[in-house]
Amino acid sequence: MIRLVPRAEPSTAWTIATPILAVLLTMIAGGLMFAALGKDPFESIRTIFWDPLFHPQFAGYSRPQLLVKAGPLILIAIGLSLGFRAGVWNIGAEGQYIVGALAGAGTALALYPLEAWWIFPLAVLIGALGGWAWAMIPALLKTRFRTNEILVSLLLVYVAEALLASMSLGLMRNPEGGGFPGSRNLARWEPTANAELIGGTGMHWGVLTAFLAVIAAYVLLTRHIRGFHLRLAGQSPRAARFAGVEPNRLVIFCLGVSGALAGLAGIFEVTGPAGQISIDFNVGYGFTAIIVAFLGRLHPVGILLAGLLMALTYIGGELAQLMLGLPAAAIQAFQGMLLFFLLAVDVLTNYRLRLGAVA
Amino acid sequence: MSGIDPILLLAALMVGSTPILLAAIGELVVEKSGVLNLGVEGMMITGAICGFAVAVETGSPTLGFLGAAAGGAALALLFGVLTQFLLSNQVATGLALTLFGLGLSALIGQAYIGVRPPPTPRVDLGPLTDLPVVGRVIFGHDFMVYVSLALVVAVWWILRRTRAGLILRAVGENHDAAHALGYRVVLVRLAAILFGGACAGLGGAYLSLIRVPQWTEGMTAGAGWIALAIVVFSGWRPFGVLVGAYLFGGVSVLQLNLQAAGVAVPVELLSMSPYLITILVLVVMSSRSRTALGAPASLGKAFHATT
Repeated sequence: MIRLVPRAEPSTAWTIATPILAVLLTMIAGGLMFAALGKDPFESIRTIFWDPLFHPQFAGYSRPQLLVKAGPLILIAIGLSLGFRAGVWNIGAEGQYIVGALAGAGTALALYPLEAWWIFPLAVLIGALGGWAWAMIPALLKTRFRTNEILVSLLLVYVAEALLASMSLGLMRNPEGGGFPGSRNLARWEPTANAELIGGTGMHWGVLTAFLAVIAAYVLLTRHIRGFHLRLAGQSPRAARFAGVEPNRLVIFCLGVSGALAGLAGIFEVTGPAGQISIDFNVGYGFTAIIVAFLGRLHPVGILLAGLLMALTYIGGELAQLMLGLPAAAIQAFQGMLLFFLLAVDVLTNYRLRLGAVA
Repeated sequence: MSGIDPILLLAALMVGSTPILLAAIGELVVEKSGVLNLGVEGMMITGAICGFAVAVETGSPTLGFLGAAAGGAALALLFGVLTQFLLSNQVATGLALTLFGLGLSALIGQAYIGVRPPPTPRVDLGPLTDLPVVGRVIFGHDFMVYVSLALVVAVWWILRRTRAGLILRAVGENHDAAHALGYRVVLVRLAAILFGGACAGLGGAYLSLIRVPQWTEGMTAGAGWIALAIVVFSGWRPFGVLVGAYLFGGVSVLQLNLQAAGVAVPVELLSMSPYLITILVLVVMSSRSRTALGAPASLGKAFHATT
């Protein structure tokens, strides 16, 4: 009989080892899934994890994509991780991402065809505010009425999607677009173009912001009293109250920061890689970022690495779709599987395994 | 408003409410045992495609529903093993279940896009169905509508009137005390989780086999989350779940009818309305205190037997 004995403190070695173990287990289980779909498991895994970076023909295109895809994932996951640490569960980042993009793009489109350098910074600012405001809905309902923030933030994603459909078919539709849904192209309009900062790397303003967010979160969590309060509230809400932490302010702070970062990710996406507001410009980064946050152990540096890895599965997934005809949904299931394995092996961080009966 | 027939509307309400009613009554039992499974959406969509696939392959909707229950329960088993044996965080594991379920269902569903499922026959209740008004509203549906209603009564009866229900509630209210009395906390919870998964699977299959009826990716569109909200709304009472699901079903059927009738309200606002109303209801309910609401005391807390 195997028993679990609680550890006095989470094991540091296992904290680092479990994500790696989870990735390996996911590769094995994913390989089995690909084999069940009639694909060569080894070739599939190599196409997803190796070819995007080192394939002589495709790497030139897909390497810059790594930062393009990792940027929004890291940016959103950093925000979410602060809340997850404190026990504030914002799972509606996808909605905040959409509303941030709508707010920022709407501001820029209202100013069209004005040619001014400050339009892009203004749009970015309004984008962050949009995401922040959308996240304030669950935050205020939570602090005022104790309404569950998990359900409210998630339900608001569907509201945001309806809003997006309305905007791209109506108010924000490109008047010169020949009746097609979707806004003007913001990436090709000089004042709002979120251009590549260093040619050929995929590094745009959003990626830079994501790196800055990683540093800021690291400083906050290790050097700032508010970061200490966050961690305390997550580990022991009662102790946190004795230490003078106000739970309501913590909720507002966590949801506000994660909403603003998700909004930023949204506006950087529509002014850069996506290029325009359209019904399906959002590709689920807000949900995948939840996996990134957990895979990175809610630690800024871990999230940076996890974001890059998850971006790799996106690009590798597209490549595998192209080369091997692997269905897109298989990658989605693969990413979900990763979170499962991570949660499963996490038991090793907090418990020791003991064989035999109770001593 | 003239384009809306109230009798048809009421009949559609029963059909429109059933998926959420099934999922919510299952989740009620899970939460009564002290477990918070946020993966209802994932289990529903897995049930939707499993039921659809089985029904198409065998030509039998009944077998389809059985397959859906099995599919939902299989996913729930994953949740059960992770949270009960490996003591993982219930919130995170529930989310993982939803993310994985959405991917898995899309993967299985690829072969079934554009396929029509075998029709589910209406139950012929003879003279009852021929009654004016009531006959069409209440007695002219498929068997799953009546199964869902029977489940509500059965869950109420088991929770309130039987020893098994008492044990389940004891485990949910105070797992340490229940453990000290010699009840197998983990096994009771695992059984509740499996029941919840099977019910969510049935709810999903009701969407893909009867309500819509076809398979599209992500077709549950938040129904699982709304089911979770309805459990809160009900105050953890089976008949409260029935009222909540039917109220909600009424709203969503009405907004679809208003859209079809071309009422001068923006379509987007109408399609947002089910989610906005759910949020509103949550706010109203949660401003009361947790204990007055009847939330199980051990809800969402991990249980690890030390002795």
